[in-house]
Order: sequence, then C-alpha cells, then structure tokens
Amino acid sequence: MDRRDLAWHVDRVARILVFVGGISAIIFIVGIFVFVTKEGLDFVFGSLDLGEFFTSIAWRPTSNNPTYGALALMVGTASVTGFAMLFSVPLSLGAALYIGEFATGKTREVLKVLVEMLAAIPSVVWGFVGMSIMNPLIIRVFDVPLGLGVLNAGLILGLMAAPIMTTIAEDALKAVPDTYREAAEALGATRWEVILKVVIPASKNGLLAAVLLGVGRGFGETMAVLMASGHAINLPTSPFDSVRALTATIAAELGETVNGSDHWGALFTLGIFLFLVTFIINLTADLVVRGIRKK
Amino acid sequence: MVGPAAAAGTEGTAGPRYDESPIVQVRDLSVFYSRTPALSGVNLDVYRHEIFGIIGPANSGKTSFLRALNRMDAFNPAMDVQGSVRINGKDINDWRNEYALRSRIGVVFPLPVGLPLTVYENVAFSPRLRGIRQKEKLDEVVERCLTRAALWDEVKDRLDSLGSLLSGGQQQRLTIARALAQEPELLLLDEFSIAVDPVTTMRIEDVLRELRTELTIVLVTNLVQQARRLADRTAFFLMGDLVEIGETEDLFEGKVKDERTTGYIEGRYG
Repeated sequence: MDRRDLAWHVDRVARILVFVGGISAIIFIVGIFVFVTKEGLDFVFGSLDLGEFFTSIAWRPTSNNPTYGALALMVGTASVTGFAMLFSVPLSLGAALYIGEFATGKTREVLKVLVEMLAAIPSVVWGFVGMSIMNPLIIRVFDVPLGLGVLNAGLILGLMAAPIMTTIAEDALKAVPDTYREAAEALGATRWEVILKVVIPASKNGLLAAVLLGVGRGFGETMAVLMASGHAINLPTSPFDSVRALTATIAAELGETVNGSDHWGALFTLGIFLFLVTFIINLTADLVVRGIRKK
Repeated sequence: MVGPAAAAGTEGTAGPRYDESPIVQVRDLSVFYSRTPALSGVNLDVYRHEIFGIIGPANSGKTSFLRALNRMDAFNPAMDVQGSVRINGKDINDWRNEYALRSRIGVVFPLPVGLPLTVYENVAFSPRLRGIRQKEKLDEVVERCLTRAALWDEVKDRLDSLGSLLSGGQQQRLTIARALAQEPELLLLDEFSIAVDPVTTMRIEDVLRELRTELTIVLVTNLVQQARRLADRTAFFLMGDLVEIGETEDLFEGKVKDERTTGYIEGRYG
C-alpha cells in the first residue's frame, strides 16, 4: 500500500505554500532595503556632504544653492519620539499591569477590547485630533502662540503607541505562569510584591520588546507627526517649539521632486538613515534579550 | 529558635503533642467549585509536631483541603470555602492581612515551582519579604535552609544560577528550602513526590522526619506507603468526605472502622 494518496499531495502543496509565504516576507524586506539604498546611494557617494548632513540644520533642497543638513529633522524625530515614550511607557505598562494582574472578569475583557480598538484608529485621525483638539487646548492651557510642536506631536504619538505597547506588554505578563504567582503568594508576598519581584523580572524580555515596538512606532509614524508637529525646520528648545520629522519630510516632499535629482536622492538618504536606525534598535533589543536569557 | 543549634538536636523532643492544644482545628469545612462540592463537612485537628498524612484517590478533596488552610482560595474566584479553620486558635478569616497568615505557613506544591530567580534568591525570597537585608544574615538563612532540605552540597557552587536549571528533584528540595526559610510553624506538602525520583523522595522523607522536631507537617500524598512511612496519624479522604482518621499504624494493620479505608489501602481501588 505505498500509494501517494491525497493527504500526501496536500502535505506537499501546503509545504510549498508555507515556504513561499515565509520566504516572500524576507524577499520583500531585502527588496525594500535594496531599492531604497539604490535610489539613495548615487546621492550618498555623489553630492552628499556627510558632515553637512549630520551637523547642519539647513535643509534647503529647493534653493538655488541647495543644502541638505538633516540635523534638525533627526532631532525633530528624536524629540517627538522621546517625549512620546516619556509618558506613554509608564502609561502603557501601568495599563498592562492593571489589565493583566488586577482586573478580572468583565472589566478585563472590556478593557482589552477597548485597547485593541484604540490601536486600530488610523493615524490621520490622530493627526486630526492633534490639529483640531490638542492645538487649541495647548494654546489655551499654556498660553503659547502655537500648539503644534514637540508637546502636541509627542502626546499624539504617545497615545498612538500606547495601545500596541499595552497589548504586547499584557501578553508578556500573561506568559508568566500562574504557578509563579501562587508560589510567591504562598510565601507571603503581597500582590504588589509578587508583581515587582516575580512577574516583572520574569516578563522583562517581553516588556522590553513592547517598549521597543513603541519606539519603532514613534520613529516610523508619519502622518500624525506631520500634522501635529508644526512641520517647521527647527532645533527645539522648549516643548512648544515646532519641529519637523524625518518621515514627515519624506512624505511631504517626495511627490514634488524630480525623479533622480539630488533632492530625490537626499530624501532616499533619509530613508536609508531611518532604516539603519530602526535596524540598530532592533538589533540592540535582540542582543539585550539574548544577553538576559544567557544569564 | 530554629538556629543551627536547634537543628543539631534532632532527637529527644520528637513526636506529636497530643496533650497540647492542636495547631490546626478544622470544623465543618466544605469547599465548592462553582457550587460543585469538592469537600463536605470535614472536622479534624492537627497536633503540634506531628506529621499528619492525608491519603485518598484523585478528586477526593485532599488538595482543596490544603488550599483552604492558608486561604489560597483567593486565587480561584470559583472556589468557595465554608466552615471554620483555626490555626493557633485564631480563625484564619480573622486575619485581615492574609499575606501575613500565608507567610507563616510553608507550602510545597506537587510540581516544583522554581521562581524565575537564582537558587540563592529563591531561598532568600521570604526572608527578604520579612525585611532582612544584611548579606551575612541572608547567607546564613540560605545555607541553613538548603542544608536542612538536603540540597546544600549539590548547589553550594551554583547559588547564582537559575533555580529552574536544577533537576526536578533538586527543584523540589529547593522549594522545601524556600518554605523553610519562612520559618513556618506549619508546613503543607501536596503530593511533593509526583515529579521526584525514588532516591530523592527517600532523602526528602528523611528531611521531613527530622523537621518534625521543629514544626508541624500536613502531608497530602497519593502514595499510601509514603503515609505509612512518615505519618503519625493518617486521614482517609474519599470523594470529598473524610472517611476516617487514625493512628497510621492502626490503619495499616487493619484496625479501621470503615471498609472503604481497607479497600483503598490494600489497593482494591485507587
């Protein structure tokens, strides 16, 4: 009875399909990297002045004598992301702890659904909230002339990143077996002591992953930042200053550049830079996580 | 009082104190899971310095009984405990701080639960909760408890490695050491030998026999012969009922009041 029956063929086809699916993700990522690099590389090795790129704030791609200083854009992205993380990391971890460790029954289910719904709000809606609600609010509360800036974009970005961080962090907490909690409580630890001494140490890799995912979200977010940051090239000295983000610059300018021009190349160089930074963040995270595991 | 000096003198005062007031008094204890009874109307006393064995087939309510003793029902919203349990004369529900109650009762679970900490930190966990900070003091507690649990020689060179990297039998002795670090008056063991090899089981049994001089042990076991080897008195639970309690030797020599007990002990059903 050595016949290749239906199940054998289904198995073969399924293997091939899964293989194609798996390998295509890798091909796409490599493809994107190759494409972005190819478009930017001519410029990087041609007219780019690396010193100027990293130290000058003069981003004047359309002037008669164009300069491509990206410092202000980098600082813009970093300040907005940093500000966002400053308040959304504690917020998300707190929410995750409440949902995962304290809430029970219906409360828990409702909160989980709500948080997941928040994650599904399109970024342009967040941008709209930033422009039409946060902007007048910041002007009124802090008595400043303009409410579009680091504070506004940071708040919006933080709110956007919080649901994802909360969900991932909660998953990480849930992955800690209940037997740990029971064993620790049987030793006389209070709920809070259990969380602090057992649950958080046991889930720190997952919690770190959650935070890094939030940072990645902050770096990559475009539309909401474009709308809420004021989009002005500027080195911020206060939270109310307008800034411009790397991503927003690419989104706003790419449509108006000549294909293959220096400006085009410069925007792709920003893309390469973003790609490298995210890559380094992920790599660091991976190494940190591995380091923890080894110990 | 459980210093090295006390630990050295293992004979002499051994044996249950039936003349003193019991350490645990259980009256009309019933346990329900979502209205399904798991234990109904149990009355029993556990005396100081005795090893009190509880035997019975699966689903007889042994574990529910243990969980009721230190208010572990709090973990399971479906678990409902009725009746009264007094430890040292005080009703356990009169403890407003259930954490303080639990800190005085050591528990060893069927499968060893090594907290995701180092060997050292596992044992130092409850002393740290009690506020002990000095390194020398903690070192002393860790060494003493690991020695008491017959584990010190095997782990003294790897105190800083994760507790979960130890073998199953070692982990179970680690949880015993951890429970001893609570300096409990009462030690609850729930089928501790399920995941432990026979040699280690014997070593742990020796440890328990010695510990009897210092504390009281309630031993739930699925091994009838283990109760015979260890327990001063044994209770037989069946389908949520306490069928009978007696001196262990009496039960095993056939001096039983209930036919069902003999049947279980002789292995006619399990």
